Order: sequence, then C-alpha cells, then structure tokens
Amino acid sequence: MALVWLILIPFIGGLLCWQGERWGDQPPRWIALGTMLLVLLITLGLWWHGDYRLPAGAEAEAVSWAIEWRAVWIPRFGIEVHLALDGLSLVLIALTGLLGVLAVLCSWHEIGRRVGFFHLNLLWILAGVVGVFLAIDLFLFFFFWEMMLVPMYFLIALWGHSGSRGRTRIGAATKFFIYTQASGLLMLVAILGLVFAHYNATGEYTFSYAALRETPLSDELSVWLMLGFFFAFAVKLPVVPFHGWLPDAHAQAPTAGSVDLAGILLKTGAYGMLRFALPLFPEASQAFAPVAMGLGLVGIFYGALLACGQQDIKRLIAYTSISHMGFVLIGIYAGTELALQGVVALMVAHAFSTSALFIISGQIYERLHTRDMREMGGLWGRMGSLPGFMLCFVVASLGMPGTVNFVGEFMILFGSFPVVPWVAAIASAGLVLAAIYSLLLMQRVHYGPPRGEGRFADLDRREYAMMLGLLALVLLLGLFPQPLLETSGATMHEVQQLFSDAAAPTSITELMGGL
Amino acid sequence: MTLLLPLTFLLPLAGTLILAFSHARLGVRGSAWVGVTSVGLAALVTALLTYQFIGAPRAYEMTLWRWIAVGDFQPTFGLRLDGLSLTMLGVITGVGLLIHWFAAWYMHGEEGVTRFYAYMNLFVASMVLLVLGDNLLLLFLGWEGVGLCSYLLIGHYYHTAANGWAAFKAFIVTRIGDAFLAIGLFLLFHELGTLNVAEILQRAPEAWSAGDPTVQLAALLLLGGALGKSAQLPLHTWLADAMAGPTPVSALIHAATMVTAGVYLIARMHGVFLLAPDVLLLVGVIGALTLLMAAFAALAQTDIKRVLAYSTMSQIGYMFLALGVGGFEAAIFHLMTHAFFKALLFLSAGAVIVSCHHEQDIRRLGGLWQRLPLAYAGFVVGGAALAALPLVTAGFYSKDEILWQALASGHGGLLLAGLLGALLTSLYTLRLIVGVFHGKPGSDNARDAESGSGLAHGLPLIVLALLSTLLGAWIEPPLGAVLPGPHEGGEGWHLALEIMASGVALAGIALGAWLFLRRQAWLADIVSHGWGAKSWRLWHHAWGFDTGYDRLLVSPYRSLVAWMRSDVVDAVVGLVARLAWWLHVGLARTQTGKLRLYAASMVLGATLVLVAMALAA
Repeated sequence: MALVWLILIPFIGGLLCWQGERWGDQPPRWIALGTMLLVLLITLGLWWHGDYRLPAGAEAEAVSWAIEWRAVWIPRFGIEVHLALDGLSLVLIALTGLLGVLAVLCSWHEIGRRVGFFHLNLLWILAGVVGVFLAIDLFLFFFFWEMMLVPMYFLIALWGHSGSRGRTRIGAATKFFIYTQASGLLMLVAILGLVFAHYNATGEYTFSYAALRETPLSDELSVWLMLGFFFAFAVKLPVVPFHGWLPDAHAQAPTAGSVDLAGILLKTGAYGMLRFALPLFPEASQAFAPVAMGLGLVGIFYGALLACGQQDIKRLIAYTSISHMGFVLIGIYAGTELALQGVVALMVAHAFSTSALFIISGQIYERLHTRDMREMGGLWGRMGSLPGFMLCFVVASLGMPGTVNFVGEFMILFGSFPVVPWVAAIASAGLVLAAIYSLLLMQRVHYGPPRGEGRFADLDRREYAMMLGLLALVLLLGLFPQPLLETSGATMHEVQQLFSDAAAPTSITELMGGL
Repeated sequence: MTLLLPLTFLLPLAGTLILAFSHARLGVRGSAWVGVTSVGLAALVTALLTYQFIGAPRAYEMTLWRWIAVGDFQPTFGLRLDGLSLTMLGVITGVGLLIHWFAAWYMHGEEGVTRFYAYMNLFVASMVLLVLGDNLLLLFLGWEGVGLCSYLLIGHYYHTAANGWAAFKAFIVTRIGDAFLAIGLFLLFHELGTLNVAEILQRAPEAWSAGDPTVQLAALLLLGGALGKSAQLPLHTWLADAMAGPTPVSALIHAATMVTAGVYLIARMHGVFLLAPDVLLLVGVIGALTLLMAAFAALAQTDIKRVLAYSTMSQIGYMFLALGVGGFEAAIFHLMTHAFFKALLFLSAGAVIVSCHHEQDIRRLGGLWQRLPLAYAGFVVGGAALAALPLVTAGFYSKDEILWQALASGHGGLLLAGLLGALLTSLYTLRLIVGVFHGKPGSDNARDAESGSGLAHGLPLIVLALLSTLLGAWIEPPLGAVLPGPHEGGEGWHLALEIMASGVALAGIALGAWLFLRRQAWLADIVSHGWGAKSWRLWHHAWGFDTGYDRLLVSPYRSLVAWMRSDVVDAVVGLVARLAWWLHVGLARTQTGKLRLYAASMVLGATLVLVAMALAA
C-alpha cells in the first residue's frame, strides 16, 4: 500500500495546494513542502527497512520485486494497476522526493502569481514521475508517462520566461509537448504491438511486464517494437537528433521546472531503457547497441560544443545535460554491470549538480535580472557565498574526482572499455570538452573586471541550506558511493544478465531482414 | 604510529574547511595562521613518520575504506607509505610549509587571503593523496585535485580577465593529458584486473613480455598524462602563462610539487615503462627536447617569473631524461633538489616583486643587490644550484647523477643534450641575476625598492638557501627498495664526466658574465636586427607553440562553436514543423468561401477518380 501512497500523496497534496491558495500565498508553499518531505521520508523509510541486495544465488529467471501492489483495472484487456519497487526505482523515487523539496524551496520567492495552481502542477508532475518509476503494467506506465506531460506544459507556459531571439515560453511549452507526445504515441503503438504479439502466441491479453517479457517474438518484429520504445525514451533522455525541445524548455521554464526537467524527467528516459527497452527486447537491444552508443558519442560532443556557444546561462546548462546523457546512453548499451551501475551513479550525480546549477542561475537572475552572460563578469567578490557554491557544482559537473559525477562517469567508462574500447576512448575526449564548457561558465560569470560597484544580497538561509545540502550529497556520494550502488546493485545485475545472455550480437540490419 | 598517516592530508583538508566556512571572520592574520599551521602540523607528522621509517624502513599500506566495489572493480581509499612516497611527502609538506609561511608575508594586505590559503591547503591535501594513494584511481583523485587548485590559484587575481584565461588554459591543457591518463587507467584495469599499484607492478611482467604492443600503449597513455602535468612537449604551453598566479603559488605548485607529479607517476609505474623500452626512450627524448627548447626560451624572456617558469620546464626535462635512460633514482633526487632551489628562486623573486611594487620586468629592475641583500643571496645560492656549480651546490650532485646515468646507459645523444642544456642554464641564470640585481635600476619602482623584513620573509629564504647547498644533497632519499637501482659504470668515466660537466657549467657562467656584464651593448645590438632579432623573437615566444596551437586548434574550435551555436540539428528537425506550417498556409488559401470554386474542384476531383477507376479496370 505504501507504493500507492507514494503516488497519491503528491496528487492529493497538489489539490490541497490549489485550494489552500484561498488563505494566501504561504499555505500552498508549506503544504507542497510538507508533501514532498513526506514522500522523501517514506522512500527513505522503505530504503532503511527493505533489502535491495541481490539474493544469494538468485538467477534472473523470475522477476523479483522488493514490494509489489496490484489491483484489477480493466480485466477484459488484462490491464491492472500493478506497482512494484526495486532498488533502481527506489533510488529514482528518492531522487524525485528530494528534488521535489528543492523545487518547492527554490520557487519560494520566484513564483508570485497563482501560487496554488503552480504547486498543483508541480506536485502532479512529481506524482506522474513517481508513477512512471513504479508502474510495471505497460498500460499504466503509458498512463503515467502522459500524465507528467500536461502539468509540465502548464508550468512552462504559465510561469516561464521569454527567451532571447523571439523564443516565447508558449513556443517552448508547445515544442516540449509535441516532441514528447509524438514519441509517446510511438511507444503506445509499440506497447500494443507487443500485447497483440503476446495474444497471438498465448491467446491472452495482458499488459503485465513479467508476462510480456516472455513473449516469443520474431527477430524483425522485436527490432521494430524495440525501436518504438527506444524512440520514446530517446526523446526524453534526450538523444541528439531528438533533443530540440530540451534547451528551449529548460531555458524558458521557471527554476523549479528546470530542476524537475533536468533532475527527474530526463531520468525517466534512462529508466525506461533500463526497465523496458533492454529487458523486453534483449537481443534486439544487443544488436542495436552500436547505433545507440554512436548516438551517445554524438550527444557528448554535440552537447558540449553547443554549450560552449551559448550566451544564456540556462541554455548553457541545458546543453551540458545533453552531453552528460550521452555518457548515460553509452553506459546503458555497453551493458556491463560496472557500466550500468555507473549509469545509476551518473543519473543521481547529474540530478544533483545540474539542479544545483539551475537553482544558482535562478538565484543570479533574482539578483541581476538577466540570464545573459554577456552582462555578467567579475561577480566573484560581489555575491557572498554564491560563487563558491557555483564553483563547486561547476567542478562537479566536469567530473572532478571526489564528486559522485566522477564515480558515475568513470564507472561507465571503465565498464564500457572492455566491450567497446574505442567508444570509451573517444568518450574520454568528452572529459576535456566538459572542462571547457564548465570553466567557460565560471570565466564568463565570475571572473574578469566587475561590471559595477557594490555587492548583491548574499544567499539567505533558505538558499544557503539548499546549496549546502546538495553539495554535501555530491561529496558524500562521491566518496562513499557504496550505499547507493548496493541499493541498485541487484536490479542492475539482472539487467546485465539479460543483456549478456542475449544471443551474440547480430547486426541490426540482419535482424530487420536485410533492409 | 601508523594512524598518523591519514593526518598528512586530513590536517590541510581541515584547514581548507575551516577557511572555507569562516565567512571572512578570520581576517588576514587569522587566515594565514590557520593556513600555515595546518601545513605545519602535516609537516610535523611527516617528520615523525620519517623518524619512524628510518628506524624500521618498511613500506606499509593502510586501507581507510572501500571506495567503490562493483564486481572486480574494487578501488579503495588506501594509502601506501614507502621510500618514494615518503620522499615526496617530505618535499610537499616541508617545502610547502616554508612557502605557506613566506606567503603570509607576500600576501599581507592583499584581498582574498582566506581564499588563497583555503586553496593552498586544499592543494597540499590533494598532492599528499596523489603520492600516498596505493591505487591509480586515488592517485587520479589527487591528480585532478591539484589541477583544480592550480586553476583556482592561477586565477587568484580574478579581476584581470587575462589571469582567468591563463588559469583556463592551464586546466584545459593539463586535462588533455589527463584524458590520456584516464584511458591508460581503463586499459590497465581491463588487462590486469586491478588498479592497485603494487599489484600492477607485480602482474605486468606476468601478463606481458617486454615490448608487447599493449604494454607500450599503456605506457604511452600514462606518459600522455605525465606530459600534461609536468609541462613537457607538446603539452607545455600552459606553464609560462600560469605565472599569472601569486608568486608563492608558482613556487609551490608550478615549481616544487605539482609539475613534478608526472615524474612521480612514471617513477611509480616504472615496472610498466621498463616493459615498454621504446616508450621509455621516448620519455628521455621528450625530456631532452623540452630541456633544450625551454632553456633557449628562458634566455629570451623579460619577465622575471617567466624565466623561472621556462627554467622549471627545462629542469623537469632533465628529470624526464633521467627517467628515459632508466635512472629513476636520479630523477627523484633531482626532483627533490630542484624543489629546494627552485622554490628558493621563486620566493626570492617574490621578495623582489613585492619590494619593487609588483614590477616583474627585468629591464625595469636592476641594481638591487644592495637594497635587497637577502633576495640577492637567495638568487645567488639558488642560481648557483640551478647552474649546478660544482661541489658546493645541491643541484650539481643531482644533475651530475642524471648525466652519469645517461652516459652509463649508453645514451650519448641524450648526454650531449644534457650538457648543452647545462651551458644554457648557466647563461640564462646569469642573465637573470645580472639583469635584476646589477647594473642601473630601470625604473622608479626599482629605485625605491624596500626590503622585506620579519620572520615570515627571512626564515623560509634562509632555510631553502641552506637546503640548496651541499646540505640538501646530503639528504639521501630512501628509494632503494622502491625503484630499480642505478646503472653502474667505471668510476674513471664518472669522474671524467663530473669534470666535464663542471667545466661546462663554469664555462657557461664565465661566458655569461662576459656577455651580460661586459658586452651588453654588443648583445643589445645583435638582438635588435637580422638573425639575432629573429631568434630573439622565436625564443621569446618559446618557438611559437602558442601561435601554432591557436591556429591549429583554438581558432577552428571557436569557429565550429560559432557555426553550431544556433543548433543545426534542431533547425533541421524544425523543418517538419515548418512544412506543416506551409501546408497549413497553402491549404488555408483554398478555403475561399466561393461556391463556384468548390463546385468546380468537386467536379474535377470526381472526374479524376472516375478516370483513374476506368483506367484501372
């Protein structure tokens, strides 16, 4: 039942926030904060009491979950409300709770219009995300996948900023919506295709993850279905030709929106690949791996190069996300246990460091009223402790050892080197580019001659606490990543088993019938 | 007693944390006090460890915690103390303490002292981890940590954009090397299944025969990392610009410790390099080329710190040369003496710079020897050690050992390069000392120079000066158990070489004295036109590497970034939306509301369908 509450609490909290607006602007903020803290505490409780380690001697024969909850929904088509939790989803839900708290905190002063409705949308996004991480009925998964979309649209469209060069917040919201919607429809087609294939083989309709995993598929069909899933997740991650929505959405969204987008929504893409694309179609994924890793490389370099050229501080950070997600993609399709564990670490790391950078750009915006780096420079001595924190997170994002970003990136590279040495070697060049864009950010914002006299307001207690908390997490997990890795270990081991058990890689064109 | 070992990095780290969270409550004096004390305590711990090690010279390891454990990948936070790391530890904390102390005088009255000491302490902590780490991943942590501190400290005076760019350049160029090192780590782990240094050295000979392509590649990748950090060809361009930082930073990071990390890395991984003789030879050749390239460049600099920077590059070139001929002990010995005398030279330069109101141009200094006696003494002693003045200086013994190793191993070419380098070293050293301390003051800044005073100013200079003499050479690093022994050869040859090297050094000094004291006008005439001017320009710009890299790499990169700025791929994908829009506009045009047009198009459509059906039938 705890799993249902994890979804219901933010959902109900959102409604309360909306109604709470009647009593002023403060109640919705406090309600939202309390709600997300509750979600966070529940996940931490689940983590504390549960056992997510690999059971001794267990093989990846049956799907095993730490906690499971199911109820009948539409029996005619075998659709259930089926939620389940394992180490991977637990990590990501904890992340959702934490970033939810931060999203509420960083909007405290930023959002002044329709505060209640804002928090309704914010909390419903998070409810949708938690649902995505928990659902293992494919229909339900699709339901939540679409559900997180709509409130995000409103968040960008109603509380966003207008960007430079005629980029409007409505435009950004629409672009985000269309990209995600179109890719989601492809996934729906793939889900239905899989269900019908299962029906043809067994004469039974089901959307259950465990059942569908056993569906016998022809090689060609499995490739097409896998591509349907991959496409949806690739848009969310994002993978390079499908990334167009991300810079606009990030740059135009309010800070809380950027935090949620970068911190959690992108992770649903990686989660989808790890949970569905790989386990449902191991052979096809194995064959597709070279293409996926190639796209990952393209993403690393493309994102990094574009980040260097941006003038809007939030757009710069947005493009760095694309670069980091390139590493994630390579790690997922390298498929060794080390690389997959690295993916988990990097997802967490990216959530922390990128959210922190977005929050910092929000704080800079509140003080300077600009996000254009051409109007910054020499801010180091004028902003109290903000530049110091920014330095720390910039350094984390370039993968400095001691931060969890390093753990993630290097585990991915160590893990993929035995499989694809060249990909790992080329990806290492991304480390140099990461240094270039990260330090450019510092250089443009904080170094150089100051543009004016006087000091800006130092961080207040709320802002300071957010930064310190995130920094502590980045460093703690960078030096002691084991608790994190042990939580996700069993799940990743299972994925790796499936992936390596798949037949020796055939080329993707061969599987598709020599197209 | 072994529990003391982690304190060597925990104490400076604590200093960093205290300074970082002090919120400017400590003030200048308080910050300096915290910064110096934390390193001082670390030096004290090192002294205790040394005492203990001398009593029982055994290497030992201690594992603090498991860092990551996934499958075979089990890097730990493990420390290892042996003769090599103890030597490095002594240099880092000992010389580090003196420089921290001196900085209390140097930085007095400047803004950002808290920040300065926080970074300096963090640097010491990272450098200690670099040399104590028992596995390559922990070494890499220290390696990147010192790089970060170097970046931060070069950019200490952030108000000037150029300093920020110098810092940027230093980080990026070394990071290129680091990427190679990282790939080297991936390769070593994949091939040997471990990152632990001792295990690598043990398993490497079992896994590979000498000259195996894989081990050559691994050595080459490690070398890439070493080249970046130690500012050797072709990744050397950052070091001269790094002089933008405060002078104590140049002394600590860019002379005594961090830039020698590459030497340490190769010495530490000697087992891998010995299996890759071609790469080892390449190390020596790169060292020889760098030492000559940088020595020529040092001859033609006008900034007092840039002379010293190129000199550092050149001296590290000697260490690489030593590594390349298999003289690992000689390399580390020179690393140590170089740390003493180069730190002395930099601190003396710092004393001159502060005394002369931040004047760094040699041409605008001059005639300072009476006004700044202590700095002059520092320069003379340090310069003598740098030029390897026979018998009385520490530099003589270490450089002689390097040249002897080159001869004993039969590398005549490298030996010649070393000797030619020695001549150049004497020349540029003398040029520097004469330019700064003799002749007439070149500016008002030099005319009213005020000598520094106080313990923080005097004591570090005096101690380092003592260490730069014969006394420093008496310190014998306990390397026997860690590194392969030196090449042996006939004593007669050795003596002959010593005499020859001494002769070269003295000849260089004599030539320099004659040129720079007696023939200044003639020299100025030569460098002002014709070939003299051309080579001056070439050497002044250090053989034009910067320009070349700018044209070859930086400009294309910037153009690429500028070209891609508007996200080409997004624009292409956006064509779909554009197409839909055009279709919309086009079709909307047909909706005119004119009944006749609708009827006509219906008739036309129906006819077309009927014709198509008839044809199909």
